[in-house]
Amino acid sequence: MAAATASRSGLRSALPLLAPAYLWLTVAIFLPLSAMVFFSFMTELPLSGKPWAFTLGNYAAFFSQSLYLTLLLASLRLGLEVTLWCVVIGYPAAYVLAKVLKGRSREAIFLLVILPFWSNGLVRIFSWAMVLREGGILDTALNAVLPFKINIDLMYSYPAVIIGLVHSYVPYMVLTCYLTLQAIDDSLIEAGRSLGASRLQVLKRVIIPLSMPGLVAGAALIFVPVVGSFMEPRILGGRTGTFYGTIIEDQFVAVFNWPLGAALSFILLAVVLVILAVASPVLRRAA
Amino acid sequence: MAGVQVSNVSRSFGAHKALDNVSIDFADGGFYALLGPSGSGKTTLLRQIAGFDFPDSGRIAIGGESVERVPVEKRRIGMVFQNYALFPNMSVADNVAFGLSVRGEAKAVIATEVQRALDLVQLGKLGGRRPHQLSGGQRQRVALARAIVTKPRVLLLDEPLGALDKALRVDMQIELKRIQREIGITTIFVTHDQEEALTMSDRIGILRDGRLVQEGPPEEIYDRPKSEFAATFLGDANIFRGDTTGDGIRLADGTAIAAGAGAKLAAGAKASCAVRPERIRIARDAGTSDGSANMLKGQVSKRIFAGNNSTYFVERGGQTLKVIVQNTGKERLAEGQDVVLRWSPESTVLIVAG
Repeated sequence: MAAATASRSGLRSALPLLAPAYLWLTVAIFLPLSAMVFFSFMTELPLSGKPWAFTLGNYAAFFSQSLYLTLLLASLRLGLEVTLWCVVIGYPAAYVLAKVLKGRSREAIFLLVILPFWSNGLVRIFSWAMVLREGGILDTALNAVLPFKINIDLMYSYPAVIIGLVHSYVPYMVLTCYLTLQAIDDSLIEAGRSLGASRLQVLKRVIIPLSMPGLVAGAALIFVPVVGSFMEPRILGGRTGTFYGTIIEDQFVAVFNWPLGAALSFILLAVVLVILAVASPVLRRAA
Repeated sequence: MAGVQVSNVSRSFGAHKALDNVSIDFADGGFYALLGPSGSGKTTLLRQIAGFDFPDSGRIAIGGESVERVPVEKRRIGMVFQNYALFPNMSVADNVAFGLSVRGEAKAVIATEVQRALDLVQLGKLGGRRPHQLSGGQRQRVALARAIVTKPRVLLLDEPLGALDKALRVDMQIELKRIQREIGITTIFVTHDQEEALTMSDRIGILRDGRLVQEGPPEEIYDRPKSEFAATFLGDANIFRGDTTGDGIRLADGTAIAAGAGAKLAAGAKASCAVRPERIRIARDAGTSDGSANMLKGQVSKRIFAGNNSTYFVERGGQTLKVIVQNTGKERLAEGQDVVLRWSPESTVLIVAG
C-alpha cells in the first residue's frame, strides 16, 4: 500500500521531467510517422494535386515483385555482416580500453574511437572513396611498398560498402561493450585464473557472458540502421550498391513515389521488429 | 598439500618498494596470518604467492618446487577474494564447479565433488541459487568451497572477513578454522585485523613498509614483541623510552624500569620497554611492596567502563599510560585519583629503540 502510494506520487513529480521528451517525441516523430503511415495507403501523394484514393497496392507491390524481397534479404545479410565485423573489430578494442589501458592512454584511444562520430557522414564516405578507388591512397601506398604490381580497386564493390559501414558503426559496438566490460570486476578474472582457467577460458566462460548485454545493445544499434542504410551503398557501392535502403530512397528523391517508399519502409520496420523480438529472448538467455 | 617458502623476495612498483627482501617459511598444514597496516605489502606478498604478480628478485617455492615465474593458473592454489569474486552469471553449484570443469573433469565427478564441497561449508541445499540471492556470509562460504574443491596445494585468503559484520565475522572465524583443520591445507591469510590474526592463526607475520617486522606464534609475538611497532600493532602496549641499564631502562627523570624479557643490550644505549595494559596493577596507594615490582605514581585522567573490564588512562610525567583492570565488582577508581602502578619485570619487554 505504502509502496503504491509512493510510486504514484513519484510519477506525479516525475511528470514535469518526462513531459519535454515525450512532447518532443510526439511532435517530431509520432506525427510525421503517422503521416507516412497514412501516405503508405494512398495511390498518390495528396500534395501533388492529382486525385488520390486509399489502396493496399503499395504493400501488395512488395509481394508481387520478387526484386523487393531479394533486396530486403541482401540488406539483412549486409546488416548481419556489418554487425559481425563490428563485433570482431570493436569487442577486442573495447576489452583493451576497459581492462588493459589506464589513464591518459585510455583517454587518447577513446578519442580515436569517438572521432568518426564528430566528422560529417558524407565527408567520411567520400574520404573512403579516395582511399579505395584505383589509383587511390590504398592502391598507391600498397604499390609503393610491395615489390610487385597489384591493382587495388575496391571502389563500387560490396567490400567497399562493408568497409564504409563498419567504419561508421564500429564506435557503437566499442562504446556499448566498453561500458559492460568496464563494469566487470577484475577480481572475477583473477578468480577464474586462480581456479586454473587459462585466459581464453576466462574470456569464454566469464567475460563474454557478462558482457553479452553490451554486445546485444551494440548489435541492435548497428543492425537496424545498416539494414536501411542507403548513403554508403550508393556512394561506395555504385551499381553493386543497390539495396533495400537505396530503393526506398529512390522512391522519395528520384521517382517521387512517396506512398510506395513509405510502404517499403514500414515493411522493413516490421521485419526488423520481428527479428529483434525473436532474437532478444535467445540473446537474453545467452547473457 | 604443501608448504610455501618465500626467500628474499623483493618487488617494486616504480620508486615504491612494495616488498623489500622478505623471507618467510610457511610450513605444511599451518594457518598463517600476514598482518600489517594498509600499504605494508601484505597483499602484494599474497599476490606473489598466488602468481598474479612476479617478484623482481627472490624465490617462491610451493611444495619445494620453484614457482616464482609460473603463472597463477598453473600454480594449483585456491584463493578467496575480499569481495568474494563469485561469477554472477553462474549458479552457486556452477561457481564451485568452475575449477573442476576448466580442467575437464567428468560431469559425474564434478557433481560429487561440488556437493561434497558445498556440504563442507554447510550450503549443501543452495547449489541452485545465484550469488546475488545469498547473504554475505553465504557468499563467503561459496567462495571458500570454490577455492578448496580443486584440492589446491595452498589456500590464500585476502581479507576474507573484511566485508562481514562483527557477529558473522566471529562465526566465520570459527568456521574457517574448522574447515582448515578438517582438510589440513596450508593457509595464508591476509588481514589488518589484529584480533582475527591472534584468534585464528598458528603463526603471524607482521609486515611494515614492505619488510617483515616479526614472525612467530601469536603468543610469542604478543608476549615478546621485538619492536615498538610489533608491540603496538598487535595489541595495546605502554612504551617507555630511556637508556639501558643492562636489565632494564632508566627514564629521563631517573626512574628505573626493570625488564625480565626481550633483547640483551649493552648498558647506555637507547632502548624502550613495552608493558601490556592488562599486566599492570593499579591501586590507591603503594601498600606493601613486593620488592621486585616496577612502580610508578600517577593520576587517573579517564576511565572507560566496558562491562567485563575497565580501562584507566593514567597521567604520569607527560605520558598517558593505559591500564586494563578486570571487573571484580570491588574498588573503582575515580577520575582525578592519585594512583600507584605496579607490574613485574617478567611482564616488561626490553626493545631496541627505533
